Amino acid sequence: MRASPLLQVLRAWTGRIQRPFLRAGDSLAAQRRLGLVLLGLLAALCFLGAPLGLLDDYQQLLFMYAGINVILCVSLNLVNGYMGEFSIGHAGFMAVGAYASSLLTVRALPEGGAWLGPVAVLAGGVAAAIAGLVIAVPSFRTRGDYLAIVTLAFTMIVKSGLENLEWVGGGRGLAGMRKLTTLPWVFAWTVLAVAAVRNIIYSRFGRAIQAIREDELAGLLSGVETRRVKLIAFTVSAFLAGTAGALYAHLVLFITPRGFDLLKSTDVLIMVYLGGIGSILGSVLGATIYTALLELLRPLGVWRMVCLPLLLVLLMIFRPQGILGLRELPWLVPRRDRDAVRRRGPRGSDEQGRSSVSDATGDST
Amino acid sequence: MSAPRREVASTPGRTVPAGDHAPQTAPAASHPLLETRGLTQRFGGLTAVADLNLRVQAGELVALIGPNGAGKTTVFNLITGVYKATAGEIRFDSVSIGGMEPSRIHGLGIARTFQNIRLFADLSVLDNVRIAHHARTGYGLADALLLTPRLRREERRVMEETLALLRTLGLDELAGEKARHLPYGQQRRLEIARALASRPRLLLLDEPAAGMNPHEIGDLMEFIARIRTEFGLTILLIEHQMKLVMGICERITVLDFGATIAEGTPEAVRADRRVLAAYLGEPDEGAVSGAAAGGGDGSTDDPGDPHGRRHDPTDAGSAS
Repeated sequence: MRASPLLQVLRAWTGRIQRPFLRAGDSLAAQRRLGLVLLGLLAALCFLGAPLGLLDDYQQLLFMYAGINVILCVSLNLVNGYMGEFSIGHAGFMAVGAYASSLLTVRALPEGGAWLGPVAVLAGGVAAAIAGLVIAVPSFRTRGDYLAIVTLAFTMIVKSGLENLEWVGGGRGLAGMRKLTTLPWVFAWTVLAVAAVRNIIYSRFGRAIQAIREDELAGLLSGVETRRVKLIAFTVSAFLAGTAGALYAHLVLFITPRGFDLLKSTDVLIMVYLGGIGSILGSVLGATIYTALLELLRPLGVWRMVCLPLLLVLLMIFRPQGILGLRELPWLVPRRDRDAVRRRGPRGSDEQGRSSVSDATGDST
Repeated sequence: MSAPRREVASTPGRTVPAGDHAPQTAPAASHPLLETRGLTQRFGGLTAVADLNLRVQAGELVALIGPNGAGKTTVFNLITGVYKATAGEIRFDSVSIGGMEPSRIHGLGIARTFQNIRLFADLSVLDNVRIAHHARTGYGLADALLLTPRLRREERRVMEETLALLRTLGLDELAGEKARHLPYGQQRRLEIARALASRPRLLLLDEPAAGMNPHEIGDLMEFIARIRTEFGLTILLIEHQMKLVMGICERITVLDFGATIAEGTPEAVRADRRVLAAYLGEPDEGAVSGAAAGGGDGSTDDPGDPHGRRHDPTDAGSAS
């Protein structure tokens, strides 16, 4: 090891952040085993918990809320965290998914069998994706705050539109759904949603999405068709929010437009920033912790709505990056990426060391 | 007119199909790789580029110089599609690229670096380069979602190419570092690596030597010469560091107030009176004193002579 002093300092410094990623080599197998075991236990609990009487109805409900929130959080993180845009329209997409799927199960296919559950969820996703596409096309022509305003307007339009559509129940809401959302289904959809976002993030699309966050122009000039990539990310995000809405509708069996107002969007935003932007594990944690906190603070009654925003303020002050901002659980990272990063030959030639020393002097400008 | 003369001279070259395999030796093609005709860009009342006629033959290394604010970077932005030209035409390999989407122009084989480094700062060195493969990676969203064999194959290919490129440029050990943690010089190098990842035919370098000391500039000159042959590049660069411009460029175009004021070999340009006037009329001389000094060599009675004292004798050596 003949690293120049500067590089050593640099690596020691960056190493603190990168250590869990770079040194994951040996512990990775153990970590992977642990992760799979935990996931297996959770799956077992979700599938067998109710039949074996391990979870009562309330606990099942909490698990399902957590799962739905994880889907919402991961999908919003795709746009707000990985892509660096600011969407606050998740309640609107959820509403589209909830109403579309409910209309399907209540009005169109009231006789449907066991297959209706997944079909309803997919229908909710597709409806929301179409809505997402419709608002993304005009709003991504410009950059920055514009998307926030458009998605905010979208949420309001959806809410007041639903309130004024009598044939979907208007302000009184829509009921009559059957309880198609069960814990095993929520578990399955949550795993699928997390896997989908993870697979996108570690593909060329994920890298392009992150390039847009880092420097859109540089991305564009490196061959990324940024507008198309934005549409993909936004549509996928809306689709997943729609599936979450469908699951939600067939869990609570009664939806009103008021349930999908700006506060709902804010909830999801808090989960994303609590867990940390640009991190899938962060989103899973953020959504779970937030769901648990909401329940734990329930005894506080109205004061809950004081405590949670306060939590957000404290979070922004003391840990603005969230629990896991831009960091990831190593075993979510594809092996080829980890291997490439870990495979570092012996420290380079003389030329390497010299240029990094001189780089320090060039840094003064 | 020079165009017909070039055509006559190149006629024998056209019959040899292998001519474009060694573009740096002889520009055999009858048409330039990059050509602008009457390129003009106005911002409100300001004319940033005025009637620019630029020709870069395949394999050439051409410099675009001029005082600050002369419109050099605007030319790059026009070529890469960041701006749509007010008037005029840009042809790349005989294809008109004016008004094309930047990502499409990139796909045709034009890559660039930026005056102020624009890396994907929070992404790894690896990802910075892999992003440039985006458009040439052959799988779709469904492949990504389902992790199909095609995705695995393509990702493996991109990874191999990227690591090979990083190794060539001496960045492979830093593959896992975030770009923002690299030292300045390595960041510049990474930007060039990202540009080279797409195997461009034309590389645009916007002040590659900015902020470098003479020693580093020497390294950079070797580096540019090396990648030029290794990657068979045509290079158009903007630079204020005259040591680099005079040292490695075959032709120089001088811009001032958006217009071409001189064009030719380094020797011809450094003796051009209009060039001297343009540089010496500029109050900010720090970056361009080399040019003034270089010109001072040619005509000692020039008003720029006092700057000659700052002139590094090695400049003249590397220029000739």
